[in-house]
Amino acid sequence: MTTYFNEMYEGGTVREPYARLEDWTKAMPAALRAMKQAEAEALFRRIGITFAVYGEGGDPDRLIPFDMFPRVFTQAEWRKLERGIKQRARALNAFLLDVYGRAEIVRAGKIPARLVFQNEAFERAVAGFTPPRGIYSHIVGIDIVRTGADEFFVLEDNCRTPSGVSYMLENREIMMRMFPQLFRENRIEPVDGYSDALRRTLASVAPAKCEREPTIAILTPGHYNSAYYEHSFLADLMGVELVEGADLFVEGGFVWMRTTEGPKKLDVIYRRIDDAFLDPLCFRPDSMLGIPGLMDVYRSGGVSICSAPGAGVADDKAVYTFVPEMIRFYLGEEPLLNNVPTWQCAKPDDCKYVLEHLGELVVKEVHGSGGYGMLVGPRSTADQIETFRAKIAAHPENYIAQPTLALSATPTFVEEGIAPRHVDLRPYCLVGEKIELVPGGLTRVALKEGSLVVNSSQGGGVKDTWVLAE
Amino acid sequence: MILTVHHVTTYEYDMPMRGAVQSLRLFPSRFDGQRTIRWDVAVEGGLRGGNFRDGAGDKVEGWSLRGPVTEVTISAVGQVETTDTAGVLRGHREIVSPFAYLRETSATWIDHALRDLAETAGLGTKDPLDRAHRLCGAVSEAIAYRPGTTHAHTTAAEALAQGEGVCQDHAQALLACARAVGMPARYVSGYLFAREDGAPHEAAHAWAEIWVETIGWIGFDPANACCPDARYIRIGSGLDAHEAAPIKGIAQGDGSERLDVTVALEAVQQ
Amino acid sequence: MLSRTAENLFWIARYIERAETMARLLEVGARIALMPSAGHGYRSEWESLLQASGTAEGFAAKYGDPVQRNIESYLFFDRDNPSSVVSCIERARENARIVRTALTSQVWDALNGAFQEMRQLERKPRSEMELTELTEWVTRQAALVRGAIDATLLRNDGYAFLNLGFALERADNTARLIDVKYYVLLPSVDFIGSGLDNYQWQTLLRALSAHRAFHWAYGGEITAAKIAHFLILNPQSPRSLVTTVTMAMENLDALARGYQRSGAAQMRARSLVGEIAETRVEEIFDEGLHEFLTRFIRDVGELSDMVQAAYLSGEAR
Repeated sequence: MTTYFNEMYEGGTVREPYARLEDWTKAMPAALRAMKQAEAEALFRRIGITFAVYGEGGDPDRLIPFDMFPRVFTQAEWRKLERGIKQRARALNAFLLDVYGRAEIVRAGKIPARLVFQNEAFERAVAGFTPPRGIYSHIVGIDIVRTGADEFFVLEDNCRTPSGVSYMLENREIMMRMFPQLFRENRIEPVDGYSDALRRTLASVAPAKCEREPTIAILTPGHYNSAYYEHSFLADLMGVELVEGADLFVEGGFVWMRTTEGPKKLDVIYRRIDDAFLDPLCFRPDSMLGIPGLMDVYRSGGVSICSAPGAGVADDKAVYTFVPEMIRFYLGEEPLLNNVPTWQCAKPDDCKYVLEHLGELVVKEVHGSGGYGMLVGPRSTADQIETFRAKIAAHPENYIAQPTLALSATPTFVEEGIAPRHVDLRPYCLVGEKIELVPGGLTRVALKEGSLVVNSSQGGGVKDTWVLAE
Repeated sequence: MILTVHHVTTYEYDMPMRGAVQSLRLFPSRFDGQRTIRWDVAVEGGLRGGNFRDGAGDKVEGWSLRGPVTEVTISAVGQVETTDTAGVLRGHREIVSPFAYLRETSATWIDHALRDLAETAGLGTKDPLDRAHRLCGAVSEAIAYRPGTTHAHTTAAEALAQGEGVCQDHAQALLACARAVGMPARYVSGYLFAREDGAPHEAAHAWAEIWVETIGWIGFDPANACCPDARYIRIGSGLDAHEAAPIKGIAQGDGSERLDVTVALEAVQQ
Repeated sequence: MLSRTAENLFWIARYIERAETMARLLEVGARIALMPSAGHGYRSEWESLLQASGTAEGFAAKYGDPVQRNIESYLFFDRDNPSSVVSCIERARENARIVRTALTSQVWDALNGAFQEMRQLERKPRSEMELTELTEWVTRQAALVRGAIDATLLRNDGYAFLNLGFALERADNTARLIDVKYYVLLPSVDFIGSGLDNYQWQTLLRALSAHRAFHWAYGGEITAAKIAHFLILNPQSPRSLVTTVTMAMENLDALARGYQRSGAAQMRARSLVGEIAETRVEEIFDEGLHEFLTRFIRDVGELSDMVQAAYLSGEAR
């Protein structure tokens, strides 16, 4: 990777959003910086924030490295992103409503039937059911990379249960505590409205049978889960119960929580467990995490589940290729945010090209979400490439490939001082009665020099993400 | 034909359970070949939950029982008027795309033998309806009806290797074969009225449906090498026997269960 | 609140109390072992201690003969022993992690701090640590947790479940601690009333940090009757059986008021308090101290089961 977009310096000059940060760093000697860094770490440890990006696993007590150098967007940049993200979230939900209904997009020949209906994430059990407001994915995490001043690409969509939002909130909290001056000098859009917005979103999709203020709970796989901190953090911020499967039971067409005062009816479940574990009567019979009978209650309108079971079919990596088509088909608009150009190995021509250019491409498995089964061509050994070549040849339909993008870089505190490191962005779009997006998101940074892998399990860290007010 | 059904399922537990939840897919389908005159489903001592019709057109109802539970008795009693539609599921409202029925499950995993059987049987015809009939015939010949030789979790591949089984094995083997040649297929559970000649079979029955592009879903009963007619009552469908099961339930507790099922079908004299 | 949350709170308190009791038991054992023992050996005293803590079987399976050093490891550091100090603190902290949001940050800090310091203690060579140092560390941590709870928590149902946990565990544990005395004394009834007997009673008082309090309350000669009265029947004594069951009753009553419904647990607690309040020390010795304590431990166990059924099991309707 020789050239990439530097978000702070363009040529020799500082780009506008970062203008005030240059003085800030100059006024911070190494000793002070080390002290602040230690303080930040102590704060994270104290609040007990431990975190693993969805699907990465790892030590649940691990701290993800926090870089104090913020990542900054101007209001204008953000507005553009925001429109694109909201557009995408609307299209993804329209797609889900459609494929679990008459599947017009398939009938119209815009997406192959096989890709939708034979997809492992397509849940036949929810077909023909329209959830409240027709919304399936209530929290859409859209991973975005930047390659130029005006060039943004969507890397992938997360329609199930995107994680990491607790980091977005805590990073800001800690920055404000450590550098109040910065927040006086720069006018930064707040992010702390997220929990209220999430609560509003969840309440707005309560089932029709719910005639009072809906009772909401977050369903967690339990305290051994790597994202447990986030689950309990969000439950606390929203003032709702954090429940496990065993805390709930089904009776008389409703879901009830086991409380010290007897059963309490539950209306909306923000679940942080996979479809397969929701209900042993409907999905995996060996699931110990689920609630037997939950799906019958859901389908008969007794409870809402967010995101809806089956929402995953929209964020499959093979379906991803068709999102621009969805935007045109459902919204009649042109996509505001582009996809990364993608070769589908299922197509013989694409597959041939991919196999010939493995050394320069990023290859991803289509099922599953995140990190796994990935080949970053330019950073792989000949052996790794050959292993992947065999895998792709055996099951081409399981793979897609994309060019290795020149991810933008932002200044980051490193051992030697300040140096550019590559970043991505995950904003969290809420879809309920309204579509809401807090300004910012989670910026992940590849802390190793030259690395493009921002995953926390492979040397990635996080940054506070600023959107400047006008 | 007017058929009277009396279907009672009892689970007995050797120690009291803390509670039980049932999901019942136990209602006659609505299509041109069937008209429900009356139909009552009840779980003794249970609380009725919500009900709905799923994307495949099946009605499902949830039930629960408060503990302590030592016995769960589920009864389905009613009367259905049937007509012969030569196996064609005409007038059945459903929304799920037939493509969703190409997916394999662990019970209908396609091994080499199933694939061979399907490909050999399909040779020499381009007509999908003809091919479906041939597949049904091939499965019927390859697996002899012999109760007690297989169990609830026997897979299609195992049943074929064994060469014997019951209607569940026949149906699952046919699903695997149909999917192996790219034809969507699903498992159907229901009832079959005893033939007057008194040939032995169970009144609770299962067969397969295969999607034929020009016609739609068509039933095939490889256990009897025929298509369902007025003697059949269709209940529900799924990707395999487990998914299509009329009764699914879980009881919480350490007890072990004993299952007892009685199904009686009678033709009403007209 | 969720039944599971109540259960987690209840067990945080129980484990903290239990950790403290284990430390106090070790203290009793070490002090008794120090004194000149006539007639029966040092070994049987440690054995009694294991008996009283309910860990005799586990210890025997792992180590065989009771050697002081092994007992210390087993009761303090051993994760195979579910009642060891380390196990208790770890479980208290794990229960707290699950219900973080039901606790204040001060309470979490106290529990998490104890856990982190404990991990450091585990890494230190044993030869560098005196037993007293360890036991004092435990009582200090327990005091920090209690202090944080009392100073910062809302007085709601969660507070009642925590206190119920403390009360029931302490009731059980005090009874067991007194029972050690019984085990130690059993081999030779002759000692009753002798200087040795008094020394043992005093050791018990010391282990309960109640030595001075006792003198303030009673003065004069130390007698078995006075000490039994102090540890069982005196409502001023913070660890006495009557105090602990009263505390359990008060917290159950608080729950009944908050939930506007009362049940079997409340009734049982009330009758337990009534019964013990009317007991005279002579009656206890007439019944036999051990028999009395055994009965009391069983009663407290039953009350605990009722709390479980009414609030923690999730089966309440």
